[in-house]
Amino acid sequence: MAEKVLMKGNEALAEAALRAGCRYFFGYPITPQTELAAYMAKRMPKVGGIYLQAESEVAAINMVYGASAAGARVMTSSSSPGVSLKGEGISYMIGADLPAVIINVQRGGPGLGGIQPSQADYWMATRAPGHGDGHVVVFAPSTVQEMSDLVASAFDLGDKYRVPVMILADGMLGQMMEPVALPEPTDVQSLPEKAWATNGHGGKRPHNIVNSLYLVAQQLEDTVVERSLRYSRIKEEEQIAEAYLTEDAEIVLVAYGAAARISRSAVAKAREMGIKAGLIRPITLWPFPVNTIDTIVPVAKAFLTVELSMGQMVEDVRLAVNGRRPVSFFGHTGGIIPTPDEVLTAIQRVASGEQLDLVPYQSKLTGGAR
Amino acid sequence: MSARTESPSNEMAEQRSKILFERPQALTDAITNYCPGCSHGIVQRLVAEVIDELGIEGKTIGVCPVGCSVMAYDFYACDMVQAAHGRAPAVATGLKRVLPEGVVFAYQGDGDLASIGMAETIHAATRGEKISVIFINNAIYGMTGGQMAPTSLPGQVTQTSPYGRDTETAGYPIRVCELLSTLDGVALAQRVTVDSPKNVRLAKKAIRKAFEYQIEGLGYSIIEVVSTCPTNWGFSPMDAFEWMRDNMLPYYPLGVYRDIKAAKGEQ
Ligand SMILES: Cc1ncc(C[n+]2csc(CCOP(=O)(O)OP(=O)(O)O)c2C)c(N)n1
Ligand code: SF4
Ligand SMILES: [Mg+2]
Repeated sequence: MAEKVLMKGNEALAEAALRAGCRYFFGYPITPQTELAAYMAKRMPKVGGIYLQAESEVAAINMVYGASAAGARVMTSSSSPGVSLKGEGISYMIGADLPAVIINVQRGGPGLGGIQPSQADYWMATRAPGHGDGHVVVFAPSTVQEMSDLVASAFDLGDKYRVPVMILADGMLGQMMEPVALPEPTDVQSLPEKAWATNGHGGKRPHNIVNSLYLVAQQLEDTVVERSLRYSRIKEEEQIAEAYLTEDAEIVLVAYGAAARISRSAVAKAREMGIKAGLIRPITLWPFPVNTIDTIVPVAKAFLTVELSMGQMVEDVRLAVNGRRPVSFFGHTGGIIPTPDEVLTAIQRVASGEQLDLVPYQSKLTGGAR
Repeated sequence: MSARTESPSNEMAEQRSKILFERPQALTDAITNYCPGCSHGIVQRLVAEVIDELGIEGKTIGVCPVGCSVMAYDFYACDMVQAAHGRAPAVATGLKRVLPEGVVFAYQGDGDLASIGMAETIHAATRGEKISVIFINNAIYGMTGGQMAPTSLPGQVTQTSPYGRDTETAGYPIRVCELLSTLDGVALAQRVTVDSPKNVRLAKKAIRKAFEYQIEGLGYSIIEVVSTCPTNWGFSPMDAFEWMRDNMLPYYPLGVYRDIKAAKGEQ
């Protein structure tokens, strides 16, 4: 592997996209994803690609729709309020079976919210990225290295299943610097042809149509069902999670992204104190790694989900655990990052048999209000 | 069906006959969903004739957003992309940036272009996106059953302006060609109509020019076609044209609003 360079998470996402053969980027400025767009603006013209600052996120995602329809590897990035605006286009992309990579460097919400790191868009990403019966695949990196590594996987998976893929990061991962070994560049010419692309039939094939409209109910049901079969395959084959110290873990934390970094430190501290704690870190949020949870349920006594939200992923953990073990929650929202000590206190309380549903001000975890 | 049994004399008649009118190759044999006498059918055909004449079907991609023409993806024989309501200019931008050698056209209604998609329109125009936009201004939301459009005339009765468009509360109609003609990215902005054979020929010439300007890389072109919606206006097709001439053309004068070649003295 190449030697390591020090990079911001947002820049690693951008550079990895270029190396995955992405030559089209459409975006609209918003904190805290700015470095990504700036990197693309600087690099795209140098590699013969297109960086275009759209008039809005609505326009940007529809440009992505057009570029993807033309058969290109294409990316857009934004942060929470901007991703809400992209919802329309994402739904149309799902309906038209168009792949693309969409980055959400999450910030606090709802509304204009704040600009500090957050994981409050889990529901939007995994439940309703847009209207209708559909999904995007959601990746959740937790290091700058992983931000780089997951981009090529996101493009490949999107092309393989003809689905949009979202990388759900957060302001902390986007802004922080870590050493990263970047992937080898892909030769754009070597990417597989997309026979369905609307790039001009050239008199060589029947006309291609990119469309999400089906006025006959049976036809719409048929296409949604066909897509759902692809979703089933994705659920079977594409779940990814990391398990940390889980073989003998009695208290199993579940956390992704920035929350997983803090949880990992807390788990290590708990081990020092003699508490058998472990961590499951979902890397795909959709499909949710139910298989990993399943294999750990028999060993675990209790689960504890940690999120930078009021508790969103915890619902998926509860669905996966399915009542077999108690599932507790601890989180902060609005841009506040829990400290490892707060998480450690939550672990201790769960270890002593409590079931927690701890959100700010309901907790006395640090012995006082924060 | 018995009347259609083949006889030798019929065959001879066929051999002697000359084809005067046929479907352009750039149209499929699908039956359109347009109401009888609707301008959409005429304009859609003109675009297809231009594609045929320029011999560009193989490299043309059409974008049809939501409106009565949304199903044009079934009607054109070139590659086609259906777009969300109003977003055709952005979708066309994405296509054209990936396929700079391709020919990309967007076929948009007035609700689509001048209301929900106004931002996408203005910005594609000002960026000088090398796309050709065919704009059907029928002063109404046709597909959804006749609601007030941004182009509905003062006093015009629609489903959602049942007492006539009151400019006090609903404001004034937007003149799109005039508005866009101020933008430097626009290569051609022309308003035409299709109410007579002469005007149909003029409209076709304008559409052809819009495609040629794109191929020459000159920028964004828009051909606004002042059109009719007999069904939602509640007129026969001929009366609809009459109403259009009496009411729409004074508000939306035909003509060339911007032509960068003409401005440079070229013809
Ligand atoms: C986001 C969204 N809002 C509303 C609609 C409903 N809708 C469908 S067509 C249409 C109006 C179309 O009018 P116009 O663009 O003038 O085209 P016409 O049918 O008159 O040719 C509307 C509002 C929609 N499909 N999507
Ligand atoms: S509703 Fe109006 S615009 Fe639509 S097809 Fe019928 S006549 Fe044409
Ligand atoms: Mg209309």
